[in-house]
Amino acid sequence: MAETMVPAGAPHGAAHGPTPDGGTRRDFLVLTTGAFAAVGVGAVVWPFISSMNPARDVLALASTEVDLTPIAVGQAVTVVWRGKPVFVRHRTAEEIQVARATPLSELKDPQPDQARVQKDQWLVVLGVCTHLGCVPLGQKPTDAKGNYNGWFCPCHGSHYDTSGRIRQGPAPLNLAVPAYSFMSDTQIRIG
Amino acid sequence: MAIGLHDSSIKNPVIRWVDQRLPVFTMMQKEYGTFPTPRNFNYFWNFGALAMVTLMIMIATGIFLAMNYTPHTTYAFDSVERIMRDVNYGWLIRYVHMNGASMFFIVVYIHIWRGLYYGSYKAPRELLWILGVVIFLLMMATAFMGYVLPWGQMSFWGATVITNLFSAFPIVGEHIVTWLWGGFSVDNPTLNRFFSLHYLLPFVIAGVVFLHVAALHITGSNNPLGIDPKGPQDTLPFHPYYTAKDSVGLIVYFIVFASLVFFAPNYLGHPDNYIPANPLVTPAHIVPEWYFLPFYAILRAVPDKLGGVLLMFGSIAVLFILPWLDTSPVRSMRFRPIAKWTLFLWLIAFFVLMWAGGKPAEEPYVTISRIATAYYFAYFLVILPLLGRLERPLSLPESIALPVLRGGGPMPAGAVAKPMEKA
Repeated sequence: MAETMVPAGAPHGAAHGPTPDGGTRRDFLVLTTGAFAAVGVGAVVWPFISSMNPARDVLALASTEVDLTPIAVGQAVTVVWRGKPVFVRHRTAEEIQVARATPLSELKDPQPDQARVQKDQWLVVLGVCTHLGCVPLGQKPTDAKGNYNGWFCPCHGSHYDTSGRIRQGPAPLNLAVPAYSFMSDTQIRIG
Repeated sequence: MAIGLHDSSIKNPVIRWVDQRLPVFTMMQKEYGTFPTPRNFNYFWNFGALAMVTLMIMIATGIFLAMNYTPHTTYAFDSVERIMRDVNYGWLIRYVHMNGASMFFIVVYIHIWRGLYYGSYKAPRELLWILGVVIFLLMMATAFMGYVLPWGQMSFWGATVITNLFSAFPIVGEHIVTWLWGGFSVDNPTLNRFFSLHYLLPFVIAGVVFLHVAALHITGSNNPLGIDPKGPQDTLPFHPYYTAKDSVGLIVYFIVFASLVFFAPNYLGHPDNYIPANPLVTPAHIVPEWYFLPFYAILRAVPDKLGGVLLMFGSIAVLFILPWLDTSPVRSMRFRPIAKWTLFLWLIAFFVLMWAGGKPAEEPYVTISRIATAYYFAYFLVILPLLGRLERPLSLPESIALPVLRGGGPMPAGAVAKPMEKA
């Protein structure tokens, strides 16, 4: 379009002619105007894009505290963090032992159990299947826990072990471990 | 029209391929590139483009506000406050939208004034003008419903008062009001439908704007002299001459707009609208937004309920028949020595009404409103029809270019009928 913007009768005297390096004043004007316009458009568009990101009240609700006292050995609870389920499982000694005994070579997403927990008996993972986002079964005693006694995703048949690692099925990754910290021996804060 | 590929003059092969099949680029070139436009526009001719830009700003900001707004009486006010405090740049988007409504009316009022002063409503542009009045009516409806959405005290009581206007009509009035409300008072159903319509109407406006512009491109633009271009020497291609002139105006406009948004975002609003709606307490002094004040003053100038409502609607309705009320064939007020001053007086009456509309309904404001209302209507219904016959207009220039190119002033009156000068 730049060429068509030059009016037919515009003067093309020496002052408007090519400079030694081949550019004209008009090229310079077009480029600087374009650059300013691009910056301006960016500055206007950014607030709109930014407004679609999480608002401050959403971010303020981004951490969840969980009291571990009522969770007996072998039990699990589901808490909501950022609108997603988080599985907190009080593992039995046997479950821990099985998880630790599994050789990494058998794993699709190799990760030692020690790297996935802060305290051996407490496993905290996002209850979101890494395949397509369903919530796996295995929290309730009556649920199917899958072939590895962890969780089983009914959507497309992914099996997770007692460390929340993917063992069988289409999911590519282990159940994610959210950022959390122990505030005391019986209290954790997720997020 | 021949069947087959459009004969495109575009060089770029990709654009050409599209243009041969859907000649939108040829159309844009014709309507906004080479479109012959009178060479003598002044800055009043910026305001159509400014209104178009404002409509786009309002739609864009409105879409983003709707992402965070909740149209429910329990949540509406809080959701707006959340936009102001928690949503990233929500304050900016809302203040642009809020003040954009005011800027829209400022621009459109100047645009209408341009039409009144330069006779843009006269033949052959009557339909163009009527479409403009339709847009203005739609804008008023949209702005009114938008003001209800934050569900503050002014929102609620503004909605109550304006919807109650319809109760003035005998027999069916009460039924109409109940129907508008979807209940027996302004409540959640009202808020829901207002949100729905507030989202819909801007797109209806955009559609009528398209017709408005399409009609404009048939008749061509009027100009400050109000005479028709007589050939190429009287016009310039729209691009780059008027794209450049519109851009200058647009930048000045954005400076004003931004000053309002960043330095006085609540200057044109009413503090009571930051109080959540309370159906049991009416604010002591309720006023509509500033752009409705002239019409509000006309409403209150009449002691009879139905009469006031009819007169208020009539003040807009009279604009529809304006092309036939003004009997003078001379368009531009520059050449109408008497009509020009009666029109300036009408402008003063308009501002007086705007001022009186913001005052309490008591003396002396009521009397002042009545005088101004009388003149508002007299200008259209008495002065313009009579002046067309009584007034002796100044002689019109022979063409737009002639006084400039020959250095001469207006030509004798008889010269108007002369055939076109050399093209």
